[in-house]
Amino acid sequence: MSLSLDEVRHIAKLARLELADGDVEATQAKLNGIFGLIEEMQAVNTDGVEPMSHPQELAQRLRPDAVTEGNRRDAFQAIAPQTEAGLYLVPKVIE
Amino acid sequence: MSRTDWEVVIGLEIHTQLNTQSKIFSGASIAFGAEPNAQACAVDIALPGVLPVLNKGAVERAIRFGLAIGGTVAPKSIFARKNYFYPDLPKGYQISQYELPVVLGGKINLLVPDGKGGHYEKLVNLTRAHLEEDAGKSLHEDFHGMTGIDLNRAGTPLLEIVSEPDMRSSAEAVAYAKALHALVRWIDICDGNMQEGSFRCDANVSVRPRGQAEFGTRREIKNLNSFRFLQQAIDYEIQWQIDLIEDGGKVQQATVLFNPDTGETRAMRSKEDAHDYRYFPDPDLLPLVISSDWIERVRGELPELPAALSARFEGEYGLSAYDATALTASRETAQFYLDTVAAAGTANAKACANWVMGELAARLNKAELDITASPVSAAQLAGLVQRIADSTISNAIAKKVFEALWNKEGESADAIIDAQGLKQVTDTGAIEAIIDEVLAANQKSVEEFRAGKEKAFNALVGQCMKASKGKANPAQVNELLKKKLG
Repeated sequence: MSLSLDEVRHIAKLARLELADGDVEATQAKLNGIFGLIEEMQAVNTDGVEPMSHPQELAQRLRPDAVTEGNRRDAFQAIAPQTEAGLYLVPKVIE
Repeated sequence: MSRTDWEVVIGLEIHTQLNTQSKIFSGASIAFGAEPNAQACAVDIALPGVLPVLNKGAVERAIRFGLAIGGTVAPKSIFARKNYFYPDLPKGYQISQYELPVVLGGKINLLVPDGKGGHYEKLVNLTRAHLEEDAGKSLHEDFHGMTGIDLNRAGTPLLEIVSEPDMRSSAEAVAYAKALHALVRWIDICDGNMQEGSFRCDANVSVRPRGQAEFGTRREIKNLNSFRFLQQAIDYEIQWQIDLIEDGGKVQQATVLFNPDTGETRAMRSKEDAHDYRYFPDPDLLPLVISSDWIERVRGELPELPAALSARFEGEYGLSAYDATALTASRETAQFYLDTVAAAGTANAKACANWVMGELAARLNKAELDITASPVSAAQLAGLVQRIADSTISNAIAKKVFEALWNKEGESADAIIDAQGLKQVTDTGAIEAIIDEVLAANQKSVEEFRAGKEKAFNALVGQCMKASKGKANPAQVNELLKKKLG
């Protein structure tokens, strides 16, 4: 599988990455290189091997349902660019 | 021109907020109504280096739900990242479940109003239910042209319940949503508070000519937070799609919003890539493994489910399916009914049902009271039902006694009947005396009756009841009056 230049632009847009026109082709080559690696791996026979979602063969540890975090809003908001009435302010978004 | 007969196809996705103490991946509180961002910890605001740790209470609630709907609780399920950018989603992805959800399958039986005063049965199959985190809230009021972000809700545990496209009308969709709403409260996994957003519905709606096998193109109505809006939005959407197709148009797949003020649905201004979420397994979370021991322990702790209890009410108490369903609408109502029957006796089960769903429900509704706050207790209501059953009072007087119980005029039905002299008069001599008086004073009605006017008889019965202040036994009055006139 290889990606078209439009697909590269689309992926960049989804990832909110700005790619200069000159960078699109270089990025395409890098991504296609990764796909090449995946193709190589897909050639390995995995019949009878259960798919893994995580490289470690462990189960998720669970936490008891208890409130352990207090209010640290002031500390967190000290590094926020803009806040008001306890809210983080961001450029206007409307949908 | 004969118009096409359209069939409506609806599937619902319902987000239920789980009633845990803490968030799904952090130890911050999920209590409603806190100061903005006072309950958003480092994990919730996605500071670099933090890791999610799964809340056991959220998983346990998912298991409870899976068992309650007869679904399969997955021995192993996977958390995935759903990627999109929005300011109230600080990580840039929502942790959800995609390929392997925690609950698969299951079904729910409904009674749907048929619009003619009756009901019909309907089975809705569930596709899946998965655990995920909620996003924060964006406040678009004016903050100098900026948007305010409150991340208190970020990380709140949700169980998203997805149905098969089994519903064929807005009435069926509402009946399904109501049944699910009752169930999640019954098994105590969600408080069901729709105003606070604890139970939110998305409806996938399409239409197709009846008989066509393929589904039409669907539009998804987002974020309906009341049963009334669910009904209105679906009805509007159905008509909109039919009109569009009949005018030669084609439905485009879209996400739409319902505007309660206009009653209309409107497509969101979404970019074409809005649904390109690029799910992949979250490397921060290992597979969720649920042992069969855990599942069995949860099964053992489940209360008797509404469907089973409803069947018991039908079988043991002889109630209709509709009555049994209504009485199992909530655990509190069912418990009140069970307590009433326990005190009044199984022989009075039907009468108890009529009082709980009739007079009591109407008064509670009017006073906007929950049944747990009922001024009339189950024991008091049972006492009242018993006095009707043994003919101490008539139904008409019983309403008076109920009113008196409601207003705390006495401790029990018996006390009120005694204190207010409401005991039914069944002494034949006393009733005859009343009848004689009434006949003497209403010669005109007597003559009319003798002339063949049946209505005059009823008028005379009414006069007798009135003269006895409602206390005379109506059946006896009828009988004796007939004898005297005959």
